[in-house]
Amino acid sequence: MSARLSPGRAIAAHAALLTYTAIALFPVFVIVINSFKSRRAIFADPLALPLPGNFDLVGYQTVMTRGDFFLYFQNSMIVTVASLFCVLLFGAMAAFALSEYRFRGNMLLGLYLALGIMIPIRLGTVAILEMMVASGLVNTLTALVLVYTAQGLPLAIFILAEFMRSVSDDLKNAGRIDGLSEYAIFFTLVLPLVRPAMATVAVFTMIPIWNDLWFPLILAPAEEVKTITLGSQVFIGQFVTDWNAVLAALSLAIVPVLVMYLIFSRQLIRGITAGAVK
Amino acid sequence: MAEVTIRALSKAYGGLSVIHGIDLEIPDGAFVVLVGPSGCGKSTLLRMIAGLEEISGGDIRIGARRVNNLPPSERDIAMVFQNYALYPHKTVAANMGFALKMRGMSKADIAARVARAADILGLEPYLDRYPRALSGGQRQRVAMGRAIVRDPQVFLFDEPLSNLDAKLRVQMRTEIRELHLRLKTTTVYVTHDQIEAMTMADRIVVMRSGRIEQVGAPLELYDRPANVFVAGFIGSPSMNMIGGVVHGGMVQVGDVRLPLPAGVIAVDGQEVILGVRPEHLSVRSEGFQGSVAVVEPTGSETHVVVRVAAGAELIAVFRDRVAFRPGDALTLFPEIGKAHVFDRASGMRLSP
Repeated sequence: MSARLSPGRAIAAHAALLTYTAIALFPVFVIVINSFKSRRAIFADPLALPLPGNFDLVGYQTVMTRGDFFLYFQNSMIVTVASLFCVLLFGAMAAFALSEYRFRGNMLLGLYLALGIMIPIRLGTVAILEMMVASGLVNTLTALVLVYTAQGLPLAIFILAEFMRSVSDDLKNAGRIDGLSEYAIFFTLVLPLVRPAMATVAVFTMIPIWNDLWFPLILAPAEEVKTITLGSQVFIGQFVTDWNAVLAALSLAIVPVLVMYLIFSRQLIRGITAGAVK
Repeated sequence: MAEVTIRALSKAYGGLSVIHGIDLEIPDGAFVVLVGPSGCGKSTLLRMIAGLEEISGGDIRIGARRVNNLPPSERDIAMVFQNYALYPHKTVAANMGFALKMRGMSKADIAARVARAADILGLEPYLDRYPRALSGGQRQRVAMGRAIVRDPQVFLFDEPLSNLDAKLRVQMRTEIRELHLRLKTTTVYVTHDQIEAMTMADRIVVMRSGRIEQVGAPLELYDRPANVFVAGFIGSPSMNMIGGVVHGGMVQVGDVRLPLPAGVIAVDGQEVILGVRPEHLSVRSEGFQGSVAVVEPTGSETHVVVRVAAGAELIAVFRDRVAFRPGDALTLFPEIGKAHVFDRASGMRLSP
């Protein structure tokens, strides 16, 4: 901790942070409150809180009855969780190899893997679509999982490799002397120690996947593989938009990602390494 | 238990050679300390014995087995690391028993061995704790316990006391020594601290830049250092090195003429270095004249730094209380019979 702030500066700092929080949360707040109001009330006074006079669950009713909303939810969950699992597993393995072993081209390989951070994967959409068509993966969740895994790996490797370099060599060597295989060292010694970094990577990876509209629209637009963001689009028509339903769907879509965020942020607790070294 | 034999061992990283053909014989049951300044290759040598570094050339044998290509877990060694390297998510007992579990030993046997090691090290009250709940000294004891339970042929210590505070370090030094006397397991111990080396070792191996400078018992190294490097490295405060020229059976140092110690074979005009331990300097009316620069009382003895002619400094150690003050004029005379003479060009010892 740096020196204590004077009261004036503390107030200024808090004011800035509170303002930012308010700005960041405002759209979410508006979505949530309006999802509980009648259509007329949404347009009459968008900022009013849902009160007995204008309270209406019609949006949620529409969402529950129309379309396979639960199926969309399930699809989104499957894609997000599967992609997250692949990104974390393969990302951590690659990061371990890059940080632990000395081999020819280590540096180049690291740079190559990090290059993906700088090049948006969407530039390759046409090629990806052609590839998926050729391999018959169009309109499958597998296609999405593969694309999202590729999208998430560069950043995951970059961050995790940096963290893994900080894991004590002595600890890994103690494992080697005790007869652990390299896989056992990776899974039982290194992974638990980089758990905070894994949680960070998980949050960074998860949110863009959950929110993505682009790839589901292009690679998996069929009814049975639609994700929640794509599914919500049915309520947005060319001439009439069912705002109650759109807002209700969006409000519901926030819940799982919030739950997952809370799970991971609990892992961000430091001090797991205390006692291992020094 | 076994002896360790090292033959023409070398290590290179790419084109960079860091160990240049080391030969070393570590007898069965000996406590050998590898000592040297940082970067001298002592840790690399230890890690090569452990199997954590590949061997670029030469042989390492533990007992009759050539272990060059065996993985660490099959070499029958145990290692204690500088920062303990305990498994953070395992209890003390689990940490100590882990290697045995990996070997597939039965639970009862593991428990018995862990209990015995805990008894030796006084760790019984802590067996269910996690490493984070232990102090530094206790953690290092657990690390030693982990080594003991395996009942290995060789113990390897890699600067195990460097992270402890000074008082604890002295205490653990004694404990490790006692442990060795009790278990009589061949031990290789790496340190950069020459006092640790002097107090603990049966034999000290002094290393520099990937080569062995001298091997011997602690007092042998202190009394008969083979070259200038060992002379300067062993002993604290370190030996005074005074440059001079041999002339007619005398050494001419500046305007001081000293007799050449008995048995030194040197020719006239040969440049030599006269090595004098701080405790072998005494105050006399003749000798090196200078003024007191710093007085460092340690309680039991007093170190006095004297600035003599030409900016050189001599350190003298007095057992009795002396009342020097900075700036006082002082004349120091070396005890010739206990001085060491080295050749200036090669740095090698000329005294018998």
